[in-house]
Amino acid sequence: MGKRVGLEVSLAVAEAVKLANVDVVSAYPITPQTHIVEELSVYVANGELDAEFIPVESEHSAMSAALGAVAAGARVYTATASQGLALMHEILFIVSGMRMPMVMTVANRALSAPISIWNDHGDIMAERDIGWVQIFAENGQEALDLTICAFKIAEDKRVLLPMIVNIDGFTLSHVIEPVIIPDHAEVDAFLPPYTPMLKLDTENPVTFGPVGVPEMYTEARKQLEQAIIGSKPVVEEVLAGFGAAFDRHYKLVEQNGKPGAKTRFVTMGSLGETCMTAVDELIAEGQDAGQTRIRLWRPFPEEEFLAACAGAEKLIVIDRALSPGAVCGPVASELKSLFYGRPDAPEIVNLVAGLGGRDVTVREFKEMFAMAVSGKLSGNYMMWGVESHAS
Amino acid sequence: MSKQSIMAWEDLALGAAILKPGNAKELRTGDWRSLKPTVDEEKCIKCALCAMYCPEFCISVNAEGFYHPDFYFCKGCGVCANECPKEAITMGKEGE
Repeated sequence: MGKRVGLEVSLAVAEAVKLANVDVVSAYPITPQTHIVEELSVYVANGELDAEFIPVESEHSAMSAALGAVAAGARVYTATASQGLALMHEILFIVSGMRMPMVMTVANRALSAPISIWNDHGDIMAERDIGWVQIFAENGQEALDLTICAFKIAEDKRVLLPMIVNIDGFTLSHVIEPVIIPDHAEVDAFLPPYTPMLKLDTENPVTFGPVGVPEMYTEARKQLEQAIIGSKPVVEEVLAGFGAAFDRHYKLVEQNGKPGAKTRFVTMGSLGETCMTAVDELIAEGQDAGQTRIRLWRPFPEEEFLAACAGAEKLIVIDRALSPGAVCGPVASELKSLFYGRPDAPEIVNLVAGLGGRDVTVREFKEMFAMAVSGKLSGNYMMWGVESHAS
Repeated sequence: MSKQSIMAWEDLALGAAILKPGNAKELRTGDWRSLKPTVDEEKCIKCALCAMYCPEFCISVNAEGFYHPDFYFCKGCGVCANECPKEAITMGKEGE
């Protein structure tokens, strides 16, 4: 039934990758992801993990080598963050367009300039449209569990897409948490070996990534669109299967606080757990507070989100990324699109908070709630906690 | 809606892969042509430079030893006309 240990979350993710019996790890170190691939390189060097570790010269190469390996039929893993993810940018589209399943951890970190090694979601929000399945973990156990699930989701014949597991940099990656590490046999029973539909094979030659002339590029993108839309029930099924096997249960969207609360926070990632404490305290103080936590970001779980916000009159959407010059933050933008024209649409207020490692505390969440309830949060969005001579 | 596609999305292979090796020879690149080469056999010395330079490899020798393009593939790029040492190939507008 696994063993419960105190472990840095990065090392827990590395354990998950080892338990998944990957064939190839292609990676370049970057804070705050480095501990994951460093640990994996140790496993490979020690013979604990029978895999090829490809130490490349950049993240562009890391993703390119990963793509080549998965095209050859390997189970492939990599990890990155921030500038590294940005450097992978062009290859990320190629991996999904070619329908190559692989798993990548992104230890979310702010983008330069100014240089910040600390956490926010600016890196992944810049990669919103890459066509990868994208999920967010809130804690260490979830980071480990979702990593195992990600291989099963990505490799499912109904999906065949790459998948990113987002873990907040430092807040998760560098924190020692109690985690249950499953037994290898249990994981083997849950996660079968990868059998590719198509692979590079001299006996049966195929061409991956040919030219897409105007007469078929749109159809190729339609295939990708259908694959990612169709991945949602598979994500749900795999998470349910994981729950049945390991008794740890994950939904696409979670809710907590008062059911049907009129004012709800919307969070994604580890800030959700801080917010949960604030919601508990608000309820104890007699407030009508709730919270909806987005786990699956791409494909966006529309029905599940709507159900998890039923009865809400006001949503306080926390965006951990600034979209400069946009109407609002990326998560709020998504939700406004979702609710547009719906008679039950709640008012959406949007706070851009927690940039570049700035803490958002329980007290601050409660301040946000008080401001939202008293109508002091208006406009399309507000950058939270900015020091200014004007305030 | 005017039809501009060559196939339904459901019929594309996974990731738009090509499953049949060597099928580039079925691609009618001649559709791209706006200029068309004409060979003047009076000037041609049968040196075969046009065939060697042709980026589409579509110029072949006929029974009389002259070199002519296959218009299924010829894109009308004009490399042959440019390389011909005897100016035996002229590029005219397609359809004229």
